[in-house]
Amino acid sequence: MLQTSRAFKENATSAMENAGLQRALTRARPQYAKKRLAAVERLPEFEALRDEARDIKNHAIANLDFYLETYAANVEKAGGIVHWCATAEDARKAVLEIARKAGAKTVTKGKSMVTEEIHLNDYLEANGVTPVETDLAEYILQLRHEPPSHIIGPAFHLNREDWEETFRKSHTDLPADRVFRDARDIQSEARLQLRNKFFAADMGITGANFLIAETGTSVIVTNEGNGDLTQTLPRVHVVVTSIEKVVPTVEDTLSLLRVLARSATGQDISVYTTFSTGARRPGDPDGPEEYHVVLVDNGRSGMVGTEFQDMLRCIRCAACMNHCPVYGVVGGHAYGSTYPGPMGSVLTPMLVGVDEAGQLPNASTFCGKCESVCPVKIPLTGLMRHWREREFERHLTPSAMRYGLSLWAWFAGRPGLYRFGTRMAAIGLGLLGRRKGNLPRLPFLSGWTKGRDFPSPEGDTFFARYAAAQRQRNVGGRS
Amino acid sequence: MSQDSGRSAIIGTIRRGLKRGPLPADQQAMLAGRMKTHPRHLVPARGQGDSARLVASFMDNVLREFGTVQRVPDFAAVPGAITAYLAAQNIAAEITVSPHPELQAIPFADTPLLKVRFGKAEPTDPVTVTQAFAGIAETGTLMMPSGPERPTTNNLLSDTAIAVIRAARIVGAYEDAFDLLRTERAGMPRNVMMITGPSRSADIEQTLELGAHGPRSLHVLIVDES
Repeated sequence: MLQTSRAFKENATSAMENAGLQRALTRARPQYAKKRLAAVERLPEFEALRDEARDIKNHAIANLDFYLETYAANVEKAGGIVHWCATAEDARKAVLEIARKAGAKTVTKGKSMVTEEIHLNDYLEANGVTPVETDLAEYILQLRHEPPSHIIGPAFHLNREDWEETFRKSHTDLPADRVFRDARDIQSEARLQLRNKFFAADMGITGANFLIAETGTSVIVTNEGNGDLTQTLPRVHVVVTSIEKVVPTVEDTLSLLRVLARSATGQDISVYTTFSTGARRPGDPDGPEEYHVVLVDNGRSGMVGTEFQDMLRCIRCAACMNHCPVYGVVGGHAYGSTYPGPMGSVLTPMLVGVDEAGQLPNASTFCGKCESVCPVKIPLTGLMRHWREREFERHLTPSAMRYGLSLWAWFAGRPGLYRFGTRMAAIGLGLLGRRKGNLPRLPFLSGWTKGRDFPSPEGDTFFARYAAAQRQRNVGGRS
Repeated sequence: MSQDSGRSAIIGTIRRGLKRGPLPADQQAMLAGRMKTHPRHLVPARGQGDSARLVASFMDNVLREFGTVQRVPDFAAVPGAITAYLAAQNIAAEITVSPHPELQAIPFADTPLLKVRFGKAEPTDPVTVTQAFAGIAETGTLMMPSGPERPTTNNLLSDTAIAVIRAARIVGAYEDAFDLLRTERAGMPRNVMMITGPSRSADIEQTLELGAHGPRSLHVLIVDES
């Protein structure tokens, strides 16, 4: 998608004014949290499993070079081909080259955030290869030319009317006055539309949730079955995935699967969890004749050994955004990047640069809910703080805020002046807000007060109150 | 960028981040040993217990996941059970059966009303019958490794999927099923599907609807004969 993270503030404002989006957020969002909680409560070992999941990923990352090379060797042993791609451009080219060699005209796709990240669809289309998204949500977004707004529920921002309207507009072979009684009718129509496309495709592209070094296996989890049709029916299967997905063994994968679906949709496990290893074997009645893995780095290897290494543990469950109060108000598109929500705020500056996405780590209330539900215990708020520091160091913070903070720092370094100044401000604001107890507008701070009121100070400064409380306690202690 | 340079760029950056060169031989051997022994981590209590308990919790979990389940005494009872199930659903008695020896040995000829074809499913086949390699009690999951006897498409293309599994093949945890796979199959099969209930989507307003791109219903027949 088009990177518009720089405009986060403007995006957020228009998101809050978008009635359809607000309706979708209000209705759908609490469901994720509710379902996750129910799934967690059904599994007494869940907390212990989170610790294990964290440790497994840490072990894999600490030996990432070794496990990636082992994985690649085992893919090749099983008859697959690994394409190592340092950049998004390398990855796009690798996919196109596979398609060209295979003479592929149409390509079906299972849901893959990495292909969104590398903007694969536009590139294929520009080069004469037609991509067809087959995940129900990705399918409608492709029809609407919209990016996903959520990493596991890409059409999270749409209401039923949007689905009906888009299907009527796009499926012109069907009677225009047909009635959609319920969501099931909409879903059935998509199923019929896509069935033939699965069979017509020359190549299928999926992502991967895990890569298993031990066996050279890629694993996908889906509920619809589209990913499986995509990787089974066409002659060529291409897995587009990223380097941090590798884990050592099947057993490691199984432990991670136990926390993935529960954290994501609140299911104990997804309907289809599928392990793919190489191409069709002798005697196999179906399956692809070619199996390729496009292994994308795109900035991830640079996170190893930095304070952002913890982010490489992420298994893309979306629990952080499902529980984030900021995401809940502005939705996914406002972030202006492939990955929204807290995990996106940490990851995006790494992928596209802090110049482009430095605003995102500020899209947080630092309430810590995200890390409390993260299945691999990524310290998301701490990582966002690191980005804020870097942003400030590199003078990327908006100038007004930067001058404000510098001014504050100058005062704070002079305690006497600071106390005097804050006392004057408290008295001044107290006088301003005397009548209503709050201040709907403040000089120079209209940006802040536009969405909220500033409470007027109810007396003295913090310092004065603290000193008074200390005196009180000392008096109490003596009696 | 050529393949080799892509690979060395990625591996090089990782090693710089880890502040070391290639892992020393002894550490490589240790990690290779970990892969060879592939130790288990914590297995939840729900995936443990005696056979009767595992079959019962497998059945509970299939139902929880919107599947249906029926126990039959032996393979001879399978055609009758399928016919009755399809009749109850108002579906024509016409099935495509995976060419698994266990299914091929079923006396379908004794039930002439049931139209049976063995082989890979065609896109329009309404009902498929498959044999499950293992059942997993933990979540009511079926393990379906691909091979000549178990076409992957037969798990996916029909509206109604019927899976046959012997009670003795129901294990507790995912790890137990993979242990069976490691013992009975040489290496990882091309495709291993772990199937839990019929296909579904909640993409439209978070409303769960069964029957997305895969089967709309999944019926599991547990055969007690060992």
